[in-house]
Amino acid sequence: MTDKKFTGTSSYVATDDLMMAVNAAVTLERPILIKGEPGTGKTQLALEVARALGRPLHEWHIKSTTKAQQGLYDYDAVARLRDSQLGDDRVHDIANYIVKGKVWEAFVSDEQPVLLIDEIDKADIEFPNDLLQELDRMEFFVYETKELVKAAHRPIVIITSNNEKELPDAFLRRCFFHYIKFPDKETMERIIDVHYPKLKKSLLKEALEAFYQVRDVPGLKKKPSTSELLDWIKLLVAEDIPVEALRAEDSRNAIPPLYGALLKNEQDVHLFEQLVFLDRRTNTR
Amino acid sequence: MLTKFFFMLREGGMKPSITELLTLLEAMKQGVAGYSVDDFYYLSRSCLVKDESKFDRFDQIFAAHFQGIEEAFNALVGEVPDDWLRKQAELLLTDEERQQIEAMGGFDALMEALRERLEEQEGRHEGGNRWIGTAGTSPFGAYGYNPEGVRIGQQGSRHRRATKVWDRREYRNLDDSVELGTRNIKIALRKLRKFAREGAADQLDLEDTIDKTARNAGLLDIRMVPERHNAVKVLLCLDIGGSMDDHVRICEELFSATRTEFKHLEYFYFHNFVYESLWKDNRRRHAERIPTAEITHKYGPDYKLIFVGDATMSPYEIVYAGGSVEHWNEEPGAVWIKRLLSAYPKAIWLNPEPELRWDYTPSVKITRELMDDRMFPLTLSGLDDGIKSLH
Repeated sequence: MTDKKFTGTSSYVATDDLMMAVNAAVTLERPILIKGEPGTGKTQLALEVARALGRPLHEWHIKSTTKAQQGLYDYDAVARLRDSQLGDDRVHDIANYIVKGKVWEAFVSDEQPVLLIDEIDKADIEFPNDLLQELDRMEFFVYETKELVKAAHRPIVIITSNNEKELPDAFLRRCFFHYIKFPDKETMERIIDVHYPKLKKSLLKEALEAFYQVRDVPGLKKKPSTSELLDWIKLLVAEDIPVEALRAEDSRNAIPPLYGALLKNEQDVHLFEQLVFLDRRTNTR
Repeated sequence: MLTKFFFMLREGGMKPSITELLTLLEAMKQGVAGYSVDDFYYLSRSCLVKDESKFDRFDQIFAAHFQGIEEAFNALVGEVPDDWLRKQAELLLTDEERQQIEAMGGFDALMEALRERLEEQEGRHEGGNRWIGTAGTSPFGAYGYNPEGVRIGQQGSRHRRATKVWDRREYRNLDDSVELGTRNIKIALRKLRKFAREGAADQLDLEDTIDKTARNAGLLDIRMVPERHNAVKVLLCLDIGGSMDDHVRICEELFSATRTEFKHLEYFYFHNFVYESLWKDNRRRHAERIPTAEITHKYGPDYKLIFVGDATMSPYEIVYAGGSVEHWNEEPGAVWIKRLLSAYPKAIWLNPEPELRWDYTPSVKITRELMDDRMFPLTLSGLDDGIKSLH
């Protein structure tokens, strides 16, 4: 049990609903599933929760080939075979060849840890189902050594998903859920303020204006998100771009400078340039 | 205490479970939500709703419940979309009624009769069974029912078998980002998996290693094999537009599921029936067509062919040259499907129409015969049966 409440950190702005979801999950010691557009700080949340609550963090990044078993443990049969060849004494104890996975590490942590299961939707469709028991009871069985591993402290499990695959109902029922919606302008100002406290007000205003305009362009494959905006502002500051260059009224320079940081996709850049070109033509007429 | 709210959510079409309600109650008991309505709103949403697309619905039900505006709730549930009502009216015709309405004359006679009647008739007409108008059983006009009818001036096709579509309709590509409900389909499709080892050797072959080590007088000889991949090859041909409008959602689900399941998947669109060319991009369907002969040439016979379509159209569209509703086809569709079937012996037709209706539609019968009875309903069990016959 923890008495501390998560209220965001000096480098992470948490909205009220996000705080509530995280605190509920922490209090009830259940997993929380975080969804949202890429780049809205899903993974960052786990780091910040761990920092704010002063807990160790265990990160498990999921790939398309990741199996649920790998999070628990691996049995290194090849090493054992090799040792038997060399006549090593270690070979008689199978436990020497059990390699702990991230979930196991989190389970045996001395204090309540934060376990991040990142991008769970990348894995095979059966992956979440294979973890049901482990996340529910916070225990699993090691067949090779006939040992039951039980969590000393139920970890705070934070799971992120990009919605590439639908997750099974049975899995969802066991989690709290939060969808990080794209921040509105006020929240965005707070976020930028946290990252670049000394940013000139005028530059911030113009940058945000330009950013939301780019986001509003219909048909973009990947809309720029918070992390892209932060990168872009960093570039603007580093390159010392004057505020005037961002003014959209100047139709001759309608493409925002360094827009490569915002648009990550060739088609999007192309589309954007075309639209700006069209716009310019109608304006000059 | 929250049971009323809970059941209101369920009535409103959301599916919170008892365990989720208990979680919410437990969280409240632990004092997570404090004493403000806002907190409670965030907490209950986090506990009970697991899909951001349902947030809006939840918000409305929450507002209705906690501000005591019960009428608002009724209004929400009672708000039946116009489209749905209209479709219901269409379904009122029973199958017997449909069957009773006999097709009249042949193809040529039909066109001739239409021309004559167009000349005879002046002014608007509705109902009845002779004049061209709406909602009647005459073979001419829109929003009515006659199996061999000619559709005139109707937005979006309704019954399936007008022999010439005179409204120019726009179609849209099936959206493969739709993920809703695809899980079940994916699981069904798994049965079609065929594993083969291809690519880089990165997995330990335990049996071979033991074998080779033993032969090597006990010195370790590690053997590796490539990982197994789903090696099944699929050609997916989707009917799009027209009578398929009703089934767009399930087709999108199927399409989305197949896209992620198979490494070798090629998809093509057709309208009503396959002819000498198909297309890949529905927006440029008139500009970029791919000759069917080229497809059979390019993809080998190890591909499995899956048609998805309701096969509901005028029989002329299958058996006559020039029967297509969109263009002049030199050879009838039946010839083309026979060519495709001889190129791909493993083939099935998935039909989103309910199986019970198949017998009432002549074109479905013809298609089924052409497919050697390998037509299956586009349901999970139908998909299962179909996949079995593909093996």
